Amino acid sequence: MGVTLPMYLDYAATTPCDPRVVEAMMPYFTETFGNPGSRNHSYGWDAEHGIKTARQQVADLIGADSKEVIFTSGSTESNNIAIKGAANMYAKKPAGETGRGHIITAIHEHKAVLDPCKRMEKEGFDVTYLEPDSDGLITREMVEGAVRDDTILVTIMWANNELGTINEIPEIGEMCHDKGIVFHTDATQWVGKMPTNVKTDNIDLLSLSGHKLYGPKGVGALYVRRRKPRIRLTAIQEGGGQERGFRSGTLNVTGIVGLGKACELCAQSMDDERERLLKLRNELESKIESALDVVQVNGARDRRLANITNISFGFVEGESLMMAIKEIAVSSGSACTSASLEPSYVLKALGVGDDLAHSSLRISMGRWTTPEQLEYAGDKIIEAVKKLRELSPLYDMHNEGIDISKIEWAAH
Amino acid sequence: MAYGEKVIDHYENPRNVGTFGTQKEIKESKEIGVGLVGAPECGDVMQLQIKVNDDTGVIEDAKFKCFGCGSAIASSSLATEWLKGKSIDEGLEIKNTEIVEELSLPPVKIHCSVLAEDAIKAAISDYKTKHSQN
Ligand SMILES: Cc1ncc(COP(=O)(O)O)c(C=O)c1O
Ligand code: FES
Repeated sequence: MGVTLPMYLDYAATTPCDPRVVEAMMPYFTETFGNPGSRNHSYGWDAEHGIKTARQQVADLIGADSKEVIFTSGSTESNNIAIKGAANMYAKKPAGETGRGHIITAIHEHKAVLDPCKRMEKEGFDVTYLEPDSDGLITREMVEGAVRDDTILVTIMWANNELGTINEIPEIGEMCHDKGIVFHTDATQWVGKMPTNVKTDNIDLLSLSGHKLYGPKGVGALYVRRRKPRIRLTAIQEGGGQERGFRSGTLNVTGIVGLGKACELCAQSMDDERERLLKLRNELESKIESALDVVQVNGARDRRLANITNISFGFVEGESLMMAIKEIAVSSGSACTSASLEPSYVLKALGVGDDLAHSSLRISMGRWTTPEQLEYAGDKIIEAVKKLRELSPLYDMHNEGIDISKIEWAAH
Repeated sequence: MAYGEKVIDHYENPRNVGTFGTQKEIKESKEIGVGLVGAPECGDVMQLQIKVNDDTGVIEDAKFKCFGCGSAIASSSLATEWLKGKSIDEGLEIKNTEIVEELSLPPVKIHCSVLAEDAIKAAISDYKTKHSQN
């Protein structure tokens, strides 16, 4: 079987750059190196031309007008500009006071949403952190139930990065528009994989990132709606007034050109790609589920991105599982937290017990994932879990019908 | 997390994995001492069993099972190797620091070796309690 190791199955953490993207970027390092802000010579015009093309490519992928696309350094920055910018712009009271307005988000959002929300809490805003059901979803009903008279902003991610679960985004957007509340969605994992139309999906602000859709790292975009309603933001970064004043600083021309090309390529292939990956993902899940008992696929099974699966394995410990499959690059929890031994806060939010949360893998696939790779990975994972269960006193107890939760452990 | 060579060796070829019977059988057997330490919430559970020769007080066999990281598995595997052939009093002298040294465990993994020392103590004390009862 032709697989090379190590094997990359962590596309939700980051994707390789598509070689066609790199090719499109190359001339902008050396030949077309001008500053797009230089209005009076051809170096500037040529760079500006590249930016304009990229802006259209990004806009086309999400159904926006090109004027509504703001280039940033990635989703973290897009989220910060959107959340802090909207909160400050639509605040009910001036800075320094309390009761400045209400923001709704969810406890299992990415840190790049949660931390800006926590910052706004410190700055006088109230924040509601919605809790999902055990399937991980946030519904229109949940958000509507939390709305108050002073709610100014709702920020809910489109697809969750650890589970792939898909929230009711168009529905939540519709509700927000009915009530005159600004609606932001972190669509980092969604865009490029699923059809998106910010107009009909009722989105005011949307974050996307280049390195999750086969573009370069350190570049992303924020969609800012200009009509019905026109969204205003208080800028965080001030300076030369680039990007309609929302994001000052000389544009990252090479990165932006790459992002644009990456968006164009995603638009061309996403439907076929989604079908292909869905089939592979489902085959992997059934293979694992038929070979092992006490496994659990986390998150709403029928409302997930096609390329992500998050599986918990009972009675094996996560770190030793990662060690057993070390030549397969997957993630336990999200990439930024896998350095610590803490179980994932996303799985905790779903009510997955610490023991199962500790032994879960997020496997995410993409453009260069082959059936052979998944065949190999599935076999390896099954073999590793079986081996570790041979070693596991908890699995013995389970098989002997002993209730592990009732054992009194000697403290250590 | 990068692992030392000896940890990987014990992890890939763990010594003396197993149990001398079901939980019930072990509880009833006088020549066996069991140490079960840890808690699933913190991600680690270690079960260590010793089989002691009643006449000589020598640990003739030892087995382990472990739900824990690679270092915990290696620590318990090593503990069983060290216990075999020792008297129960000698067994009590095994220190977690010796395990740390032998396996070159980094500071964040010291608690895994402490778990092994605790398991040894618990197993020996279980054996002793079973014997003081008659
Ligand atoms: C849902 C989500 N939001 C935000 C980010 C951060 O994106 P970036 O690395 O572009 O700042 C990520 C990626 O880690 C993500 O998955
Ligand atoms: S057993 Fe807790 S990290 Fe090793």
